[in-house]
Amino acid sequence: MKKKSFGSRIIAAPYIVWAAIFVIVPLIIMAYFALTDANGAFTLANLAGIGKYKKAFAVSILYAVIATIITLLLAYPMAYFMTKMKISSQRMIMLIVMLPMWMNFLIRTYSWITILANTGLINTFLSKIGLKPLQLINTPGAVILGMVYDFIPYMILPIYSVMSKIDKSLLEAAEDLGANGKARLHRVIFPLSLPGVISGITMVFVPSVSTFYISQKLGGNKNLLIGDAIEFLFNNGPDYYNVASALSMVLMVLILISLAVMNRFSDGDEGGVVI
Amino acid sequence: MKILSRLYIALILIFLYAPVAVMIFFSFNEGESVWVFSGFSFDWYKSLIHNETMLTALQHTLIVAVLSALISTVLGTAAAVGITALRKKITKSAVMTVTNIPMMNADIVTGVSLMLLFVFVGRLFGLKESLGFWTVLIAHITFNLPYVILSVMPKLNQTDTSLSEAALDLGCTPVKAFFKVVLPAISTGIFTGMIMAFTLSLDDFVISYFTCGHYQTLPIVIYNMTKKTVTPDVYALSTFIFISVFVLLVLYNALQNKSEKRRTA
Repeated sequence: MKKKSFGSRIIAAPYIVWAAIFVIVPLIIMAYFALTDANGAFTLANLAGIGKYKKAFAVSILYAVIATIITLLLAYPMAYFMTKMKISSQRMIMLIVMLPMWMNFLIRTYSWITILANTGLINTFLSKIGLKPLQLINTPGAVILGMVYDFIPYMILPIYSVMSKIDKSLLEAAEDLGANGKARLHRVIFPLSLPGVISGITMVFVPSVSTFYISQKLGGNKNLLIGDAIEFLFNNGPDYYNVASALSMVLMVLILISLAVMNRFSDGDEGGVVI
Repeated sequence: MKILSRLYIALILIFLYAPVAVMIFFSFNEGESVWVFSGFSFDWYKSLIHNETMLTALQHTLIVAVLSALISTVLGTAAAVGITALRKKITKSAVMTVTNIPMMNADIVTGVSLMLLFVFVGRLFGLKESLGFWTVLIAHITFNLPYVILSVMPKLNQTDTSLSEAALDLGCTPVKAFFKVVLPAISTGIFTGMIMAFTLSLDDFVISYFTCGHYQTLPIVIYNMTKKTVTPDVYALSTFIFISVFVLLVLYNALQNKSEKRRTA
């Protein structure tokens, strides 16, 4: 018996070695770059220089928080209404929601340019009916719209999958005990759907706060997010690796803190929903 | 109420598909504009077929996706079996924490940290070009592994250990017991993990962007195309991808419905 379980344990070894080399070591090297200068001498200057990017961090967090809230507000009723439909229609709608997810997010973002551009569809329509054109592209609103659009399926899916597993007898019990529709939603469905909400929020917030493509395409250059800064610095060559590493490290810590805070709200026994 | 909820669902779906519809429409545009429709044509599709860069990139994407899905499925399944057999709780949770890192971390941080590793090792060996096929493959295996492990593990926890013990008592070797009893029980989890790994790899842009060097995958080529002035060729390519995925999903769903009917019949 003992021998057998040793045999099964040992086959995890290749993975553990892999994860050590390609997950842990890269983070250590990133920390090394962040804490040294171009000659490899220890310095805190990179981390101290983060102050220059205060605005980028603030804007990134602000946009990501707004995008996450809007996504949640749009997705929650969607998931709820979906569970009210026939099983076959539910599956059909799931398929339709997932389909754009399988297209590259670069393309999904890019197609908004046609709609929002200064000579784009909306402005062409506005000028046809005699209204003044609006500045839609290269605005904060366009960036947030891009985030909401790209990541909304990641909010709908976990909430829906948790909600559709809620035991119907609980709702019947609540009804028998005198809860009306509103109370059932508020006291039964919402608390039980929280794990889905938590993983949805995580899956929207993390890519939103660290994006660089969406802001480049829909925000012009004036909306410099932290992802833009990291990408820009790394593309500028090895001289900038140290500062860029410091920024990446701070971004990682920031994300880890927000994940830890989020996990505080969930029961934590389920480990989130994976799609 | 019912009408309102249907209307709401319809509105969200319109929101999801409006850009897709616009994109498909303008992919058939005769002119170069993605705003002014000047006439119907297949020109952009024709030029795609002759686009060397794109065809090579497609080939690269498929090679990396297939290899990284296969390797991460084998490594990840073995890992899931091994981790489940771990007896010390501390070791188990330590390994699971590390497993969660690539899933929780922002793609940009994963990509950047891997790039630094590759550049660092490349400098040690004095290589001029440290990024390429191998680094992008390693990166894809690395971000696929957690998804494989997390889709196999629940299946392992559901399987009754007494079954494989019974197989051992009846004279199976541990290896044979694994292949005859455990593997069939967890096969759906392995399959889900592999499909997920494959699609994640196909779709990945951010991590490939930092680790691929000159070995360009399709998302990288799309990125470079969208940097220049906007022409409908990107839309034609996207429409093509969209329709392929659509057909695959419909087929998959039809097959699933069929097998479910057979099971209930």
